[in-house]
Parts: sequence; structure tokens; C-alpha cells
Amino acid sequence: MRVMIDRDELIDAISGFGLFADLSAPQLEAIIHIFDERMFAEGETVVHQGLSGSGFFVIVDGEALVEADGRELARLQRGDFFGEVAILLGVPAIADVTATRQMRCLVLPGPQVESFLTSQPKVMYRMLQAQTRRLRAANRSGT
Amino acid sequence: MTEPTRPFPPGDYPVVVIGSGPGGLQISYSLRKHGIEHAVISEDPSPGGMFRRWPHFQRLLSWTKPYAAAPRGTRAYERYDWNSLLAEESEARALQPGLMDGTSYFPSRPEMEQNLGLFAERAGVAIRYGCEWTGTRRIDDADGGGFALETTDGEYRARVLVVAVGVAQPYTPPGVGMELTHHYAEVRPAETYAGHRVFMVGKQNSGFELANGLLPWARSIVLASPSPAKFSVQTNSLAGVRARYVQPYEDFVLGGGVAVLNAALDRIERTEGGDGTLTVTMRRTDNGDELAVEVDDVISATGFVTPILDLPDIGCSVSGRTRLPLLSSYWESTTLPGVYFAGTIGQAAKGLVKHGVPANSGAVHGARYNARVLARHIAEQRFGTPATRAPVAPGDLVSTIAGELAEAPELWHQRAYLARAFTVDADAGLVDDGVQPLTHFLDEDGPNAVAATLEADGTGAIFPVLYTRLGGEIRERAMVADPLLRYDGTDARREIRAILREAIPDVPAD
Repeated sequence: MRVMIDRDELIDAISGFGLFADLSAPQLEAIIHIFDERMFAEGETVVHQGLSGSGFFVIVDGEALVEADGRELARLQRGDFFGEVAILLGVPAIADVTATRQMRCLVLPGPQVESFLTSQPKVMYRMLQAQTRRLRAANRSGT
Repeated sequence: MTEPTRPFPPGDYPVVVIGSGPGGLQISYSLRKHGIEHAVISEDPSPGGMFRRWPHFQRLLSWTKPYAAAPRGTRAYERYDWNSLLAEESEARALQPGLMDGTSYFPSRPEMEQNLGLFAERAGVAIRYGCEWTGTRRIDDADGGGFALETTDGEYRARVLVVAVGVAQPYTPPGVGMELTHHYAEVRPAETYAGHRVFMVGKQNSGFELANGLLPWARSIVLASPSPAKFSVQTNSLAGVRARYVQPYEDFVLGGGVAVLNAALDRIERTEGGDGTLTVTMRRTDNGDELAVEVDDVISATGFVTPILDLPDIGCSVSGRTRLPLLSSYWESTTLPGVYFAGTIGQAAKGLVKHGVPANSGAVHGARYNARVLARHIAEQRFGTPATRAPVAPGDLVSTIAGELAEAPELWHQRAYLARAFTVDADAGLVDDGVQPLTHFLDEDGPNAVAATLEADGTGAIFPVLYTRLGGEIRERAMVADPLLRYDGTDARREIRAILREAIPDVPAD
């Protein structure tokens, strides 16, 4: 299988993500330069629970399973992001994240997340919204 | 005319290696040490790969210290010599320092080419030069299948392919008038830019290298890309523009005629009535303002892609702009088993990239160790050659690990990427499992074990991390960073012992 997405296709893809919904075209282009692009094989562990130093990931294409202590927490897909909790709190990864099929992500190294978010307050606001939705869902499910 | 002396005529081989750069030379040498017969083919006329042509300004980015803290030719010396390939025979070890003229600790391009040629000769690496790989197909048969390679000399068949062709094909992104640019690979002699206004698309090492080399020639230089330039001395890693090429940036901030812009290209056009000049229009990424400059030359320093021909068509997934293949921890295509990658393409197996610090697999000083680990893996997994797993007395483990942390070049160069593993085997007791990819250790279920690595966290510190596997559960234990990087002293040994005893109770208390 041949997988190639050129720059314009990638910008188109991420322009539809909630996280980047408020950004202009040049800002989106900057995003794909600031972030690294990474591909993960089906079954590959992307984040290891308990390990330090992981990054902030945005799924461009593919799916992932989030598990902590062997218990399924969530399934993530295109447009979802993960890895931010450990970075924002300065703790080791709180869950395993595994690609359940071939997955393409944009990745920002942990040490760059704070300066990125403070330079892009609209992205930070969107992230806060998403986190708040997750919190509300968790409250409703009683966990 | 030279036909009778050329090795490896077309035919059947257990393994075919493609490429005669550092990656091809190192994997061939290492496979031979494991007794794995193979052919090596290369379209080039001589060894060296990309170092036969580049870097443009004839000086490498990777250093070799002729006088270092460890004697030349020892294993510990490899930490200070990024350019020599690895051999067991003393006459083929640490070749680079003996070929340098003392004007710089970065070898010149010809010195590097000479180093690689001398290695091929002294280490006895045989290569069929002038043999170009032109196509590939899969063979499905009862023996587990393999691959047929079409070449300009005829057809080769092999169970296993090792592709070491570099990331060497110039890449210019399409659109916005990029056809009016010329690529890094097509840059003319520096003097032909005398008095020119030069626009550089791209702010990574290749863009800054050219800008640096053109400082004495160009009238003005603009470097532009959408995101801010990153510098290695700020990221505290090889991610970013290397210190040697920072001069154009200093020229920029001091107003000397260089401009470094954060802007997305909008279009490149011939200037109306401009006598062959070009107008580059771009949009600033910080405030969206439009900018335009008129220049004489636009150079695309937009990188290289992987020339892996038709491998994607027969199932090898590739990713992104560089077309790097999707690889396992052991540099095997995850979608086309039996095809392995050595040399700079090995950077596609990124590992953990902890704290954003990449491994050095794209450079010789990382790739040479990957190749040695890969050769052992191919021998074991594909040809049933059992790897040596030497027993280790539990009482010796602390000093063995302290010794590795002090000087193992694999761990120093491939931080958080290669690890030295020791396993409590049910039959053999504590054994040395050698150097292996850290992600393999983390993802593999197995008996109690420990893997020793060195890591960096982007602050400038380099410190050991021990990963213990106890009852199948991995724990990460970082040691205290020493600013003088001494990890075999009394305090370090005490720390190592305490961590080891969690997973391997046979390690004595002191």
C-alpha cells in the first residue's frame, strides 16, 4: 500500500480538526512544520504507560486504543489528540496508547508544548473545550 | 573489460544488500561476521554513497577528535569519532582520524570518502559496483518466498533484502512556481553567485549550510519557511541547525544583509521586465502580512527523499514527504517482511524520541550501531544462527553496567534508542542479551530483565536510565545526572545496585 499525503492535503486534513478550527491557512502551514509527522504500524505502542518524555499527538489518520493497567479507557480517531495530560502535569504517561490500525500523527515534543500553546491561544482554548467535554462525559458515566 | 573481477554476478543469494555508502559497508561487514553469505550491489563506481558528492561546501557536520579521552582504536574512542565504521580488526578500526589534516575536527568531504574507501579495502567488503537496481518483485514459493531484483547486470534473487540506498533523491515540493528554483543538489560553484540576491526555501541544515557558504559571495540572502528556525544549541540535540551553520543567523540579527523569515510561500514568478530575475511572494505566518522580494536565484533546500523505487508498489508502506518506509524496531518493513533497511533510512524507526530528542540513526555514528544490531537479528531470525548470550555472574552485574554507562558508544550515540540488556533466563541464569533496540525490550514480554541506556531530556543533561522488567511489568528508573558525565563512580554504582536489586534479587547488596 502506498501512503503519501502532500503538504496541501495535510493542511486540508487538519483544517477540519476542532483543535485547529480557528487557524488561518499560513498558521496551519506553520503547524505542519512545527509538528513532526509520524506514522505508526498497526499494533505499535505509541505511548507507554509509566514512561516519561512522551509527546503530544494529534491523529491525522488511523485509530488508537487507550488503556491503563490493562483496562480500556477510550478509542481515538482522526482529529483526536492524546499525550497532553502527562505533559501538562509533568508526570509519566498515564496510559498506554496503541495504534489499532496504521496511524499517521502530528507530534509535538513535550518540552515544546507550553510555548506552542501560549503562542496559539485559540488552540489552547479548543483544547480546554475538548478536555471539558471529556470531564463532563466522565462525570456523567460516574467514573 | 573489468567483468571477470567483479564479484557477485546475478543469481541466487541468501541476502542481497543494495548500496555502498556507510550503511551498505557496515551491514555487509557485520553480516559477514555472523557468517551470512550475501551479495552487495551498488550503482556507484566506488564506495562512499552521498559522501562522494556532498556536503556542497566540502566539510562534514559530524566530528572526529584525533585526540580524545580514550585511546584511538578502542571501543571507548568511538564516542569521539563519529565517522569511522566499526570493525573487529585493528587495521580497519578508527580510520578517520588518521586521514585528517588537522585544520578542523570536522573531516572534509574527501577525507570522509577516503575513510570509507579505506574501510572497504581493509575490512575486505566486496561490492559489485556499476550495478543499478531497476525493479523488484516478490517471489512466493514453498521455501518462504523472497524477492527478485532486476538490475542493469541481470536478475538477483534473495530471501532477504537489505536496502541501504540513503535518503538521497533531491525533493522539491510541487506548485507555487517551485519549478523556477534549483535544488540543493543542483547548486552551482559558489563564485557564480557573486553579487547575487539569493532566496533559500527552507531553514534547516542544508539551507543554512548553503547560506553560510554563500556569505562571502551573495549580495543578500533570504531564508524562509513557515516555522521558526531551530538550532541544535537550543534544542540540546541534533534536532535543529548545527552550530557550524549559525553564522547567517548572526548576520541576520546584526543587520548584515541576511534575512531569516517565518513565512509561507505564496508564489514564485519571473519578474515582469526583470531581466531574468524572480519575485518571491510570501505570507508571514505570525500576522498574515504579505511580503515580496526580487532575487536572482531561488534555491530549494527542501530536502531529499528515499529512492526505494517500486518497493511501495509491492507492499512497502512509506510515509510523509521523505517517503521513509514504515519500520519495526529492527528496521524491517512492517508491511513487506523480509525487506530491511540500513544506513540513514534506518532513521524511519524512530524509537521513543523521549523529550523530543531524536536518535542519531540518520547519521553514521548512529547508523553504524543499528547495522551491527540488525546483522545479529537477521542472522538469528532469518538464518537460525543463535546469538551468543554470555552468562554474567550476578555479583559482576553492577560493574558491568557501570562500565557500559561510562563508555559504551552504542548507548552514548543512540540515546533512549539502543540499550544493553541483561535477562534472567530460566535455564541459563543471568545472561548478557547484548545491545538491542530499546522499544524491542519494552514491547517484548519476557522474564525478569534490565536494560541500560543513556538519555537526554532536552535540558542539556545526559543521564543513565535503567528499565527493569519484573513480572512482565516495565519500570523506568532514571539516575541522577552528573554534569561531568561520570557514571562508573561509587555513587553511581550504589544507585545502579539499588535499582537492579528490584528486578534481580541475586545481585548482592554490596
